[in-house]
Amino acid sequence: MNLQSEFLGIKSPNPFWLASAPPTDKEYNVRRAFEAGWGGVVWKTLGLDPNIVNVNGPRYGAVWGPDRRLLGMNNIELITDRPLQINLDEIKVVKKDYPDRAVVVSLMVPCEEECWKSILPKVEETEADGLELNFGCPHGMSERGMGSAVGQVPDYIEMVTRWVKSNTRMPVIVKLTPNITDIRYPARAAFKGGADAVSLINTVASIVSVNLDTFSPEPSINGKGTHGGYCGPAVKPIALNLVSQIARDPETQNKDISGIGGVTTWRDAAEFLALGAGNVQVCTAAMTYGFGIISELTSGLSNWMKKKEINSISEIVGKAIPNVTEWQYLNLNHVTKAQIDQDLCIKCGRCYAVCEDTSHQAITKTINGERGFEVIDEECVACNMCINVCPVENCITMRDLEPGEIDKRTGQTVSDKYANWTTHPNNPSSIKAAE
Amino acid sequence: MSNTKLSPGIVSSRLSKEEYSNNFSDAYPGFTDYEAKVEADRCYFCYDAPCISACPTEINIPLFIRQISTEMEEEAAKTIFDQNILGGMCARVCPTETLCEEACVREAAEGKPVKIGRLQRYATDSIMSQNIHPYIRNENNGKKIAVIGSGPAGLACSHRLSMLGYDVEIFESKSKAGGLNEYGIATYKSVDNFAAKEVDWLLKIGGIKINHNKTLGVDFSIDELRKSYDAIFIGCGLQDTNKISIDSNTDQSIEDAVDFIADLRQINDFSSLPIGRNVVVIGGGMTAIDAAVQSQLLGAEKVTIIYRRNLENMSASKKEQNNATSKGVKIITNAIPTSINKQNGVHKLSLSYTEVEKQSGKLKELDQKFSIEADQIFCAIGQKFNNLLDVFKSNKGKIMIDESCKTSVENVWAGGDCVDQGEDLTVTAVAQGRDAAEAIHKSIISK
Repeated sequence: MNLQSEFLGIKSPNPFWLASAPPTDKEYNVRRAFEAGWGGVVWKTLGLDPNIVNVNGPRYGAVWGPDRRLLGMNNIELITDRPLQINLDEIKVVKKDYPDRAVVVSLMVPCEEECWKSILPKVEETEADGLELNFGCPHGMSERGMGSAVGQVPDYIEMVTRWVKSNTRMPVIVKLTPNITDIRYPARAAFKGGADAVSLINTVASIVSVNLDTFSPEPSINGKGTHGGYCGPAVKPIALNLVSQIARDPETQNKDISGIGGVTTWRDAAEFLALGAGNVQVCTAAMTYGFGIISELTSGLSNWMKKKEINSISEIVGKAIPNVTEWQYLNLNHVTKAQIDQDLCIKCGRCYAVCEDTSHQAITKTINGERGFEVIDEECVACNMCINVCPVENCITMRDLEPGEIDKRTGQTVSDKYANWTTHPNNPSSIKAAE
Repeated sequence: MSNTKLSPGIVSSRLSKEEYSNNFSDAYPGFTDYEAKVEADRCYFCYDAPCISACPTEINIPLFIRQISTEMEEEAAKTIFDQNILGGMCARVCPTETLCEEACVREAAEGKPVKIGRLQRYATDSIMSQNIHPYIRNENNGKKIAVIGSGPAGLACSHRLSMLGYDVEIFESKSKAGGLNEYGIATYKSVDNFAAKEVDWLLKIGGIKINHNKTLGVDFSIDELRKSYDAIFIGCGLQDTNKISIDSNTDQSIEDAVDFIADLRQINDFSSLPIGRNVVVIGGGMTAIDAAVQSQLLGAEKVTIIYRRNLENMSASKKEQNNATSKGVKIITNAIPTSINKQNGVHKLSLSYTEVEKQSGKLKELDQKFSIEADQIFCAIGQKFNNLLDVFKSNKGKIMIDESCKTSVENVWAGGDCVDQGEDLTVTAVAQGRDAAEAIHKSIISK
């Protein structure tokens, strides 16, 4: 299967790029990533000299499962802490040695046009494929008026993007922060300023834990902590939603999006693509498992495409978007009921606990006097919580009621007509059908 | 190592020092913190969890496991001890595969239950190893209770009574406390003198006095005790064993497996205990398994369990059967011993095969016979009362009790192996001792 990807005209053998982060901080890593098979990299964010400094204590905090699986991670690392020229030199040789791979350079300099004007020619000189403007970092740099401090003000995004676009021939991706109220505004601003694409999400502002002995947030530097940027599998749902919002917004639909946020497996990547991302960027998964995961990502995606008879990445992009809608348009005449497969049930009773204690009292705890769990159709609102807590896959499923069947809860016959909230009699502003 | 596995007869020192120490080390060592956390995460925190009702002491298992998963081992231990003050020993010796772990929904789901027993050990070890006793007794209420026997039933009863404010006096026939915990459990299940340490830890509650070497019917009588105590609890266990008689033309005796196990528990130097080259154990329960496995661990060349019925009928669990066979023990089922002969200096045990008559369900000896070499023969076919006290109503040769563990005699309660209710398990004895204490308290305050 051909996974060839083209994003803003930048070609890469697959749609998996390493995101701007520690894995792409230097030539040594990037060469190894390319050897492992990664399609591209966004080089870790460059800034103006003198190079910034990092803390000398821990830079990362984590949320683990009991088996130490890394579920989420946060960091207080800043942009590259190496001199600008070293990075530029390395980018140039790497790009020269790997012409078929995407090399995009992430940038973050103060909000002054001169600063941007000074750095852009130097980056062009490396012959990298494009730029990513880091308007996303929520920690450290934002205190200095950069990163998410720009990304949180649409006017600044537009202004800086325009400066960049008018001073370079390179394609420009604007990296957005999720730490805002409505992602559509910064996205619109980026495109208004001339951006060729947006990438999202950057990390989510977070405190991962508090040490209950020292009462310091973690990671702790000499007894003090600061908020960091949260990433990894835990943030994927946030990212998927924000990507879809931009893909659906009439003002930005059909614009290019690079999807970022918790991509850990090929499946995650396919979901991002389906919600409108043209490619994906990966960081935490590579940091957790190493560059070798690229083999799973590419083989998994290509296998799935084969099964689905999808021939190119572009066919996947946005495939789920027509099915993303607003709540008010969901079909209220669609009725489902939970049903428990008694052969698969192991009788843990978690469905009973959740339904009885916190939901709709729609599950029995006995069947013919014996321990056993069964759905009471008269009470079941099909909320899905029983399925969410059931430890056995496919033991509890939702059955769609056929038109003509009686919903035992409401006593009403299931209709085959589509009807949503906008026309519902309980909606004070419902649109009345013409008389 | 003066002898080897192949040395004929019954001799000591068959193994090297290292082999003895490996063989009798902790069979199932405690979990590390990480192992405990991962295992605790497997618990589904079931509604009205089946494991709780499968436990004779009804420990709130999902709660203590959740407490482990949040790094609150001490609280977890308290959850266990609230129901079962001998939770430490039970974590080591309970046949969990037929109790809580059999009921675990993960057993139904995937055949791999949450390792409840080992998690219980992790929790209880966490405070017992620090010698923290988490209970204080109520103010002394001036009442005195006599407890006969310091086994699991007697200890559980005494501890609960002490907590409720009673002074307790225990009468123990042996020189050490603990009953079968001290004398009756395979050595590798209770290493480092755990049973004795547990008794010391339990007695920290205070208000419990143990009188050693005092045997019921010899040194004192129930009637005497009734005069000086407000109530009596009997947890004396079973002192005698069932015997088997086999035709013999030799001087070879059949030894009692219970005595063998007890000797092994009290010994410091395993090399000093003689063991046969060919050992035969007759019986199908835990005592038979423990005797057979430990014979193997002491360096016997061949160990054979002879059981008259089939594997399914053995009261020893499948897990214990597998443990025995994995150690090299051979289990021969549907066979009974008939005679012992000495040929060319070697003892031979002759056996007949058996089958169950379909109509009557009775065991029938078949004509097919075989023989095996048997330098040493242990009998493990059950324990019984030596002289069932005729003051009590009895049932199946044991003291009859009601739901509150009360006997037919006024002011006398009983529990453990000596009563007619429940299985002969440590955990059952603890439950009965505890419940009897509560019943005694209820009876006294209602007077």
